[in-house]
Amino acid sequence: MRDLLILRVVTKLLMPFILIFALYVQFHGDYGPGGGFQAGVIFGAGFILYGLVFGLDDLRGVLSSDVLRAGFALGVLIFAGVGVAGLLLGGNYLDYNVLAHDPVHGQHLGILLIEFGVGVTVASVMVSIFYYFAGRER
Amino acid sequence: MTAHLPALQVVLTLLAAPACILVRGRDLAFLLALSTTWAAFAVSCLLLDQVLTTGTISYELGGWAAPFGIEYRVDALNAFVLLIVSGIGAVVLPFTPRSLLIEMVGEKAYLFYCAFLLCLTGLLGVAITGDAFNLFVFLEISSLASCILISLGPHRRALTAAFQYLVVGTIGATFIVIGIGLIYGATGTLNMNDIAERLPATGYNRTVIAAFAFLIVGAAIKLALFPLHFWLPKAYTYAPSTVSAFLAATATKVGVYVLIRFLFTVFGVEFSFEVLPTALPLMVLAVLAMFVASTIAIFQDSVKRMLAYSSVAQIGYMVLGLSLVTVDGLTASVVHLFNHALMKGALFLAIGCIAYRQASFRIEDFAGMGRRMPWTMAAFTAGGLSLIGIPLTAGFISKWYLILAALAADEPLIAALIVISSLLAVIYIWRVVEAAYFREPPPGAPTGEAPAALLVPTWLLIALNVYFGIETSLPVGVAEHAARALMGAGP
Repeated sequence: MRDLLILRVVTKLLMPFILIFALYVQFHGDYGPGGGFQAGVIFGAGFILYGLVFGLDDLRGVLSSDVLRAGFALGVLIFAGVGVAGLLLGGNYLDYNVLAHDPVHGQHLGILLIEFGVGVTVASVMVSIFYYFAGRER
Repeated sequence: MTAHLPALQVVLTLLAAPACILVRGRDLAFLLALSTTWAAFAVSCLLLDQVLTTGTISYELGGWAAPFGIEYRVDALNAFVLLIVSGIGAVVLPFTPRSLLIEMVGEKAYLFYCAFLLCLTGLLGVAITGDAFNLFVFLEISSLASCILISLGPHRRALTAAFQYLVVGTIGATFIVIGIGLIYGATGTLNMNDIAERLPATGYNRTVIAAFAFLIVGAAIKLALFPLHFWLPKAYTYAPSTVSAFLAATATKVGVYVLIRFLFTVFGVEFSFEVLPTALPLMVLAVLAMFVASTIAIFQDSVKRMLAYSSVAQIGYMVLGLSLVTVDGLTASVVHLFNHALMKGALFLAIGCIAYRQASFRIEDFAGMGRRMPWTMAAFTAGGLSLIGIPLTAGFISKWYLILAALAADEPLIAALIVISSLLAVIYIWRVVEAAYFREPPPGAPTGEAPAALLVPTWLLIALNVYFGIETSLPVGVAEHAARALMGAGP
């Protein structure tokens, strides 16, 4: 699909908006609809679109399998790590109240970080799955 | 920190699993997995001690109060199951680096450790949680991870075995989640204790009965109760021996735990056994499992597959114990949970030692094994004796309590059947022993003992088999404690 000019230009135009929208869904998740899973899927879908139009090799240049693997491990670690942080600060596991001076702020911060972890993992897994399907012929 | 032990029990291994992916290096990943598994074992020891001295522990995740938030609830039963699961993990894991060399993946070993830790996390989570939906989530974590572990087997058929495990496991999990959904609809809560309290008030209507049926069948698939056992022999036969040892000693045990938990705690003895006639079908299926699976085991060529069928038979004993619906029967069931983990773990590890020397597990290829690998074969024989239930081994204790429970429940026929089915175990274990000790080793057969790294864990489990065959206060004491609490007779 490399030689289809319209596709290439449109993809390049859309990419930033897709990624920004993903980040909006990610970080606005605690006020409105959204959250880590949806954001991760949108973020991953942006890269998958890029891969579909420009080919797998170009995409691998941007996101190698190693980066993705680190990504999905890191996301889980962030999630579990926030829980342990609550534990170390004197609360129960995954207790966000103790993360900031004010329990309300703590809850905000906690859910923000947790959802970020979810987002990182989901986005990396989405792109990895695309790699496995698209790369099967090789 | 002791107040947070229930969370640490699950979180340690959960944290270590992704960390294994990040560190990449094979030895580093192994050390990480080993230290966290041992730490998890230490945590479970402390938990058991805490439960026995202070009673049931309740832990509120995230600080949300119990029926609304997720609660971890540790009583004698699940503290004991946690001890079994993490203990077997702690013994089996040191076995892996050497056996991996032969059986598996080389540089990608860190992914194996990640899957192993996730599987352990899932099994520990199922055992510790007091929330029905949380239980389902952990069940999925453990079965997806064990699917990966099974698929790593040396033979190509490991892939189909893993796929079958995945499909059957998913069906089982779906049944469980449907059951949980129905019960949530009927009671409006997911906390197991809360469900148990609310059920009598909602009345035993059709929704509750359907939920019961789905949950019990789902659990029966997970624990491989005859005739829903068909996925198990394949999975255990083609999985790497280490994985077979780990799963045989833990996964089905956790399945039995889920069954006991739902029958006795969530639905309660009155509903499960008096309103509905659950005991008789369970008893019949258990007896069938003991006889049919043992008979199939006798006719197997492959020692590994024989052990897998024997696992199905042994699960029969556990279900038989609980189907008596007495404190004694439940005690026997829980004791056998513990003892079977020890003997099957030891037997599959012995198979893992043999796998180090030769790829074939056919009985005729075991000819002269007693001379070719004396230590390994002695361990196998000792494990086999425990499986049969010879006095001074752990297996004898299980059988003894089972028979006593059957006699106390006025079921002399059941007691006789237990003895007869033990004789079937004599036959299939004897076939291997006969080949190993009374046949000449074929010329050119691979000879030489497995390395100490493999023998030590194996013999450790054998030693425990003997130890708990003589000194029974730990398993029997805890099991009695748990059984009384389950039967509602007070701790």
